[in-house]
Amino acid sequence: MASDLFIVIVGCGRLGSHLANQLSRAGHGVVTIDADEHAFGNLSPQYSGFRVEGDATELAVLKQAKVDKADLVISTTRDDNINLMVAQVAKTEFGVTRVLARVFEPRREAIYRRLGVETICPTSVAADLFLKSFIKEGST
Amino acid sequence: MKVLIVGGGKPVYFLCRTFLDKGHEVTVINRDHEECVQMARRLKVTVVHGDGSDPNILEEAGSHGADAVLAVTPNDQDNLAVCQLASIQHDVPRTIALVNDPDNKNVFKKLGVTAFSTTRTIASMIEQRTALDEIINLIPVGEGKVNITEIKLQPTFPVVGKLLRNLSLPTDSLIAVVLRNSDAVVPRGDTELRAGDRIVLITLPANHGPVLKAITGETS
Repeated sequence: MASDLFIVIVGCGRLGSHLANQLSRAGHGVVTIDADEHAFGNLSPQYSGFRVEGDATELAVLKQAKVDKADLVISTTRDDNINLMVAQVAKTEFGVTRVLARVFEPRREAIYRRLGVETICPTSVAADLFLKSFIKEGST
Repeated sequence: MKVLIVGGGKPVYFLCRTFLDKGHEVTVINRDHEECVQMARRLKVTVVHGDGSDPNILEEAGSHGADAVLAVTPNDQDNLAVCQLASIQHDVPRTIALVNDPDNKNVFKKLGVTAFSTTRTIASMIEQRTALDEIINLIPVGEGKVNITEIKLQPTFPVVGKLLRNLSLPTDSLIAVVLRNSDAVVPRGDTELRAGDRIVLITLPANHGPVLKAITGETS
């Protein structure tokens, strides 16, 4: 990955802040958006990006975060529908080329794949890992 | 018609009643259990308790046979998800979403979802009404690109007593109908405007103000 990307991260919870800290440390320009200002407390002191307090389903908030300039948008909130909406808006309204959405419910993942939204489902990922380690143990 | 409504609160209750009165079959999906119980007691609707953007709940509510799905929750993201699920996965022919943020209306359109914004409609109605008492009705049509306004002509208006052909209204405006003594007339050039007439005026938002000024003579 190039070291000077502009990345917008929606949701500053455990996953969002972790990504923001890592990407900022790697030298990327980062903006994090969260509706709750206390969430920014999860960011490390070394985090050098921007913070935007607001609801990412509001178009004006995404504009304020300069999503139109972003190389990558990652939506990590706890709400599947917010992540899926943000991903689609970033793509179609702001023309962002690379967009990732966190989706908890595997049944939703399938339909949004069809809509062209790239999704990562922690539930499926964790289940795969559990199964793999279980099968490994079982075979020994 | 079979209508599926996702959402809650009084708007949904009265929407249901309106649809039922017209003889439609209505199913409601609501997250609040208590509200579901109340709704089922008061109205002859099928009520499903749960998250309407959950594919299983939507299925359970019979979205496959529905003619229309209406998503009117207070969250734009949920309304979008419901409509996309219904149209893509369950082949519902008509889906309509409420957008709470008026800016999202165009965004939803790009994503293939028909949306309406009550905020925008109410705001424009209030603006126009408070500006002029004589305006009886104002309806934005064509995604707000055209205004239809109903105005009652007062004796003080400069257009009163004039023939239509002698009026100098700005371009892109039209007096479509004159209502006089409970008769509706589509006016011609030789129609005279009289005090007490109610006219139906078609304007574009850009010239709405100047046209109203020309008719009422008000400077503000």
